[in-house]
Amino acid sequence: MAWQWFHRLGSPRWFYQKTSGWLPWLALASVILLVTGSVWGLGFAPEDAKQGNSYRIIFIHVPAAFLALAGYYIMAISGAIGLIWKMKLSFAVMRAAAPIGAVLTFISLFTGAVWGKPTWGTYWVWDARITSMLILLFLYIGVMALSHAVSREQVADKASALLALVGTVNIPIIYKSVDWWFTLHQPATIRLTESSSIDPSMFYPLLVMISGFYCTYAWTLLTHTRALILRREMKTQWVQQELAGEK
Amino acid sequence: MSLTDVQVQAVGARETPGFAALFKIEMLLALRKRADIANPLLFFVTVLALLPLGVGPEPELLAKMAPGMIWVMALLATMLSQESLFRGDFEDGTLEQLALLPQPLYFAVLAKSLVHWIATGLPLALLSPLLALMLNLPTEGYLCLFVSLFLGTASLSLIGAIGAALTVALRRPGLLLALIVMPLYVPVLIFGTGAVQAAIDGYAYSAQLAILAALLAAAAALAPLAAAGAIRISLDN
Repeated sequence: MAWQWFHRLGSPRWFYQKTSGWLPWLALASVILLVTGSVWGLGFAPEDAKQGNSYRIIFIHVPAAFLALAGYYIMAISGAIGLIWKMKLSFAVMRAAAPIGAVLTFISLFTGAVWGKPTWGTYWVWDARITSMLILLFLYIGVMALSHAVSREQVADKASALLALVGTVNIPIIYKSVDWWFTLHQPATIRLTESSSIDPSMFYPLLVMISGFYCTYAWTLLTHTRALILRREMKTQWVQQELAGEK
Repeated sequence: MSLTDVQVQAVGARETPGFAALFKIEMLLALRKRADIANPLLFFVTVLALLPLGVGPEPELLAKMAPGMIWVMALLATMLSQESLFRGDFEDGTLEQLALLPQPLYFAVLAKSLVHWIATGLPLALLSPLLALMLNLPTEGYLCLFVSLFLGTASLSLIGAIGAALTVALRRPGLLLALIVMPLYVPVLIFGTGAVQAAIDGYAYSAQLAILAALLAAAAALAPLAAAGAIRISLDN
């Protein structure tokens, strides 16, 4: 009985109807958290002693990078669940997570470049973290490209889930090797943060922004998954009823 | 392609071809298509000959670029030849028969990857000192370049098999295969060039080679599993 919820997750219909109620709350939470975090972070948090106001991009950069990485694991784990338990829903989650994660990875790379110009004096450095984020972006794009290239939906689901899993095994290896490569090459020593800890007056707004990004991510993922479910189950009766009811 | 004849010839009366028999079949097939062995090598040499034309013939500049360029070209040559790894068997139905064997598909993939490495990676590694000479690589790097390519291209063959298996049912997998496989090649490339660079600079390079060997061990254990899974998925298509 305790596993009932898990079996129910196998039904896209149950998921669709269950999550309808969550969406407004998630959207509300995202708006509140993002607005609070931005106003606090951009307007009220103190200036950085070394970087001045330019550090404030951290309130976008760090949450985006957080979720870019977490998003890959969400994608890979839901792909694995799909492969193991043959669950339609988790494949839909996986497919929905790929473009969202790719966009977040791109945002974190882009904001990093913008931030890099005033602080490091250059847009791009082949630093360990930047390079591994770039490779993460390629991994996301690979999964997306594969899922679009295979014409049969079910095969595309399984193939991209497998690729996402292979990527999961590789991410730590890639990160370690790039880290090692970076220390081997010894470029100009650039450190992201000079001080080891971040001041609470900057940390709390950052925390608010991270939770805001998490809520927004959950909202986007749910919306995207629901759209995918509707398209995939187009021919079933409940979707017809659902769509008729909305008119 | 009279694969069944070859199969019968190689397997004889045994009911299920073991790893050795599969390896024998694949070797026979590879030896009969000699052009397929020559093409990656020619690609490797031709593209590296373009490098001095592009960046200029200064020996110092070439020496600085040589380890990285030789490694990147070896990587490309391996990857481009990988596209056809399962293609022939997929088109004539042999792949389905292999998947139906009572023996795990793992061994079939392992045999194919091994033969692919013998046909491409090994000749590339053997040819590398010649190219190193042409690109003016310092002599300290020769042995290390050979050993790192010897170990590294085997990993590349194994990892690339996953990509080849995922894209085998597609009509034109070329660029997609590159997109999928390239990020997975990154660690091998880093440690391969790292080893050669260390050797040139006069440092100990056994650590890098040990890591390359470790990557190969991991790839040999895991990559055929993933590729076998991918083949089963592709066969559903």
